[in-house]
Amino acid sequence: MMWLVQALGRFFQKLGGEFLFYLEQAGRMGIFLAACLLNVLRPPYKLGPIVRQIHFIGSRSTFVILFTGSFTGMVLALQGYYTLRKFGSEGLLGAAVALSLIRELGPVIAALMVVGRAGSAICAEIGIMRNSEQIDALECMAIDPYKYLMAPKFVAGILSVPLLTAIFDMAGIVGGYLVGVAMLGVNKGAYFQQMYASVVWNDVEMGLVKSLVFGLLIIWIGASKGYFLHLERSGGFGAEGVSRVTTDAVVLSSVAILVWDYLLSAIMM
Amino acid sequence: MTQEKTKTAIELIDVERSFGKQQVLKKVNLVVHEGTTTVIVGPSGQGKSVILKHMLGLLKPDSGQVLVYGRDLSRMNKRQLKEIRKDFGVLFQNVALFDSMNVYDNVALPLRERTDASEAVIRENVEEKLSLMDLAGMEGKFPAQLSGGMKKRVGLARALVMKPRIVFFDEPTTGLDVSKSNEIYRLFHKTQKKLKYSAVIVSHDVPKIFKLADYVALIHDGRILGNMSPEQFQLSDHPVIRAFVEETMGPIYSSEREERFCYEEV
Repeated sequence: MMWLVQALGRFFQKLGGEFLFYLEQAGRMGIFLAACLLNVLRPPYKLGPIVRQIHFIGSRSTFVILFTGSFTGMVLALQGYYTLRKFGSEGLLGAAVALSLIRELGPVIAALMVVGRAGSAICAEIGIMRNSEQIDALECMAIDPYKYLMAPKFVAGILSVPLLTAIFDMAGIVGGYLVGVAMLGVNKGAYFQQMYASVVWNDVEMGLVKSLVFGLLIIWIGASKGYFLHLERSGGFGAEGVSRVTTDAVVLSSVAILVWDYLLSAIMM
Repeated sequence: MTQEKTKTAIELIDVERSFGKQQVLKKVNLVVHEGTTTVIVGPSGQGKSVILKHMLGLLKPDSGQVLVYGRDLSRMNKRQLKEIRKDFGVLFQNVALFDSMNVYDNVALPLRERTDASEAVIRENVEEKLSLMDLAGMEGKFPAQLSGGMKKRVGLARALVMKPRIVFFDEPTTGLDVSKSNEIYRLFHKTQKKLKYSAVIVSHDVPKIFKLADYVALIHDGRILGNMSPEQFQLSDHPVIRAFVEETMGPIYSSEREERFCYEEV
């Protein structure tokens, strides 16, 4: 009987330990986010670092966003045409493509692309800075790492991801047009007319809110994972530590985007 | 020596710190006098860098006080800590240069972030510091393109660019050959004379480091022993200090001790 009590004791001890670990991590990340946002608002505002980050997160992602956006639109048109034809309503193709892109696929896929391109890079960059004591060096020089390193990234993320999403949506609509109208012969007027008639401000607003939230999530998770590299339980040391934490950041960001996508859709429906 | 007249820059009082179950610092007491050079020596892994990180406010003690100009670091909030760190310059063990910036930007960073100085003033200041470190012409290089000794010199230039009152050196010559170490010591000597900062050096480059020191402290078993002048340190009768000195420098010849018969009272 004694062994059972002991085993149960160990089980609950482990469970409690895990709970405390994750609670601590969540608290740390929450405080990190608050500190970063506070430093975004606090003067002085320096344009140079923000522009550099927008260049890195935003404009250098443009090509991949254009590319994935147009292919997403193309496949949507292809699949949408197949489905709509069964009901004899191919004319609605424009509306179907635009609504799927603006409300759902645009924000999500664009954000996932930014995770892969910029979120991972931010995490690795900050992680290496933490590992090689560069963040300690900043603190010792009385330079606030939140203000100097994080704030420009947050501003850039919040500005870039909605814009990239808009570009993604546009590319998708053009891609859908190419496949639907040029290849499959849907009426050109119907494609745009149906789109014009069915897309309302509410749809655009939903896409915008989602992309804003995703932009924040990507930078938050990437930056905080790198920043707290030294507190990782698995030991965030050396190159392996950085690679592990970057993988974690990418997985966590992707999952967070999909979960928040559902939550925001449910709230704003 | 004029050591007694100087003010206290840093004072550690009964500082204790554990990592997990391992107690690294057990009641550390240490005073750093203003304008002097205090060297902390001791074998690797005894907590020398941990003491330094407490002085910098990067680590907080489990108990005890770390006073910098009479103010307790462990009770400060972030803003106060930032304020007091404006008086600090640090040369890290691995230098911790920003590896995605070139030499010029590394040294200019504190000026850009902490002052409103114009780019012309910054340039003048940075170039002066770089030429003081014999690094003129190296502005465009990146840390990965520099040798170990050059990195240390860039680190020193960066540490000194804001004219700090206290400069911390964590193993400033580790990994450098003899002539490069001498070069760092020469630059240290030159800059301290010019800028008159207090220095805390963590090192195990014994006995060479003694030449620069006003005070030498030995860390042993989580405590500080000594904190006395290098001469007193080398001749100390404390068994641990004596063992350390003999181990690192060879047996010290002391006429009083070795030729006791000459001094015996008849």
